[in-house]
Amino acid sequence: MALIELSSITKYYEMGDQVVKALDGIDIEIFKNDYVAFIGSSGSGKSTMLNILGCLDKPTTGQYYLNSKNVEIMDANELSEIRNLEIGFIFQSFNLLPRATALGNVMQPLVYRSIGLRKRKEMAMEALSRVGLEDRTDHLPNQLSGGQRQRVAIARALVTTPSILLADEPTGNLDSQTTIEIMQLFDELHAEGHTLIVVTHEDEIAQHCHRIIEMKDGKIFKDGTTASAKVTH
Amino acid sequence: MLFALIESFRSAVISIYAHGLRSFLTTLGIVIGVASVIAVVSVTQGMSSFIGDTFASLGSNSLTIQSYTPFEDQMKGIRARLTPEDLELIVRRSEGVASITPILYANRSSQIKFGSQTAFSQIMGTTYAYQEVSQSYMSVGRFIAQSDEATRRRVVVIGDKVRENLNLPDNPLAEYVEIGGEWFKIVGLMKPKGDIMGFSQDDIVFMPYSTMRSLQGNQARTDIQIQLSLSESANVENVVQQLTTLLRNAHDLDSDEDDDFQIQTAEQLMETFDTVINMVTVVIGGIVSISLLVGGIGIMNIMLVSVTERTREIGICKAIGAKRHHILMQFLIEALLLSLLGGLIGLAIGYALGTLISNSIPSFPPASIPLWSVALALGFSGFVGVLFGILPAAKAANLDPIDALRYE
Repeated sequence: MALIELSSITKYYEMGDQVVKALDGIDIEIFKNDYVAFIGSSGSGKSTMLNILGCLDKPTTGQYYLNSKNVEIMDANELSEIRNLEIGFIFQSFNLLPRATALGNVMQPLVYRSIGLRKRKEMAMEALSRVGLEDRTDHLPNQLSGGQRQRVAIARALVTTPSILLADEPTGNLDSQTTIEIMQLFDELHAEGHTLIVVTHEDEIAQHCHRIIEMKDGKIFKDGTTASAKVTH
Repeated sequence: MLFALIESFRSAVISIYAHGLRSFLTTLGIVIGVASVIAVVSVTQGMSSFIGDTFASLGSNSLTIQSYTPFEDQMKGIRARLTPEDLELIVRRSEGVASITPILYANRSSQIKFGSQTAFSQIMGTTYAYQEVSQSYMSVGRFIAQSDEATRRRVVVIGDKVRENLNLPDNPLAEYVEIGGEWFKIVGLMKPKGDIMGFSQDDIVFMPYSTMRSLQGNQARTDIQIQLSLSESANVENVVQQLTTLLRNAHDLDSDEDDDFQIQTAEQLMETFDTVINMVTVVIGGIVSISLLVGGIGIMNIMLVSVTERTREIGICKAIGAKRHHILMQFLIEALLLSLLGGLIGLAIGYALGTLISNSIPSFPPASIPLWSVALALGFSGFVGVLFGILPAAKAANLDPIDALRYE
């Protein structure tokens, strides 16, 4: 069974008396260890797609199974729980807690799993060394460079061992050199067996992925494999 | 649950510490509120316990009978009186009484002269038994004796304040003072008793009851006070009942008329004082607790600002798995901690203030803080914290993660 199963997903917003169809009948299956990019121009529905995939929002109609769990019937608290268990978010603007250190940021999702402080520290240290920041654990986000911040965010996403890593324009705020480093890290994570979904508008980033889903007007416009898929497989 | 509590506590401490100045200013309302409550309570309670001690020294098994005229009757010019005949009646007829003392106050504040010195003092005509009833002790000399009473001897016993005012020597025995044109020999000096509420108990002159009566002439309008001390086996209520019946008959009161006299026990007197002081405490405390309320609103205000300010953080926390109760608890505990902190600081300041007040006013009793007021102050500030923390915390907990993440 697929890790993610979306069937006839729609998402409508009411703007005054107009109904905007942000998603209009989406059917997708994503499997374990897939490396997927969602691309499309702004307004194509990628952000809505990301919110739904990330269980931040619920579709108007349609079914969403994540790791065989029916997301549709969940309430806000259950959605929080499934985000904590199944999803690792990586945002464009990093979204780190400004008053917590790198270590504190990485430990935060474990707080909601009621894991004790000592064990939390241990797990967070491990995740931070995975992204190469074991010597920056006591730094606050504003004492880190953009690339380092994104690494902290990746460590925070990894520490919960989620079933998918969901990245929203992960390199949008980074310079080209750091972009390359972060994408290399993504490639490595994929090679280690993680399932990655990247939402981006940059073709270069998308080319790292093995499957590109192009969206247009809330519908899937194109869904195909890339050159890099052929290289590794 | 405990785990969530500890984690919320940890993050609350971090947040309060991170905004040090703001946290301090936020709690200032609570600090001032609690400090003033504690200061007021500590001063009035100190006073109350001091008065309690003073009344205990009056003797708990003594009764005072005095005439009582309702205010309306006073306006009509009617004055109830206790007469020497009433005294004789009580001496003859009452049971369970160990000693009886009449007290006759001089009609007006009287002038006393010694040499070129003049002073005004309260003059009381009484008998030897007063010393026992009032538990007074002599410094030098003796109190009024039975023989003084029998022969209407012109002697006086003076309080220490009077001796001071008249520039009498430390041992004033055998000196003569002039009262109302008559000469009196000093036979005794009382031990100082100190002040009650700023009134000296030592500014007093005693003379024999019979001497006082003869001085006033055979005025028909004599109104005396009678002090009784009860024998140890006597029941206070029985004696009061018996005296009431006796005096009502003597005064020809119909059954529908009110008593024209009052019988008070020392305890009743103390209770009256206590009631007054407690009322003062409650009223001032009530006024001051309004500032606690204002302090609570201050906390709510800052917490609301803080929620808005941290909207994005809340969004992040929700995205990575925080449930409603995690966020709710975090903000609630922060509000609670802020106000409890304010309460503790206020407690310390209030205690210092109370001590300062009672130390800086001479003859003021020392401040005392009853445990209940500490518990009340902390409990109330905690309550204020939770009460005014609920709204901001609920606002934070109900934020939609998508909107919160997008918030700039």
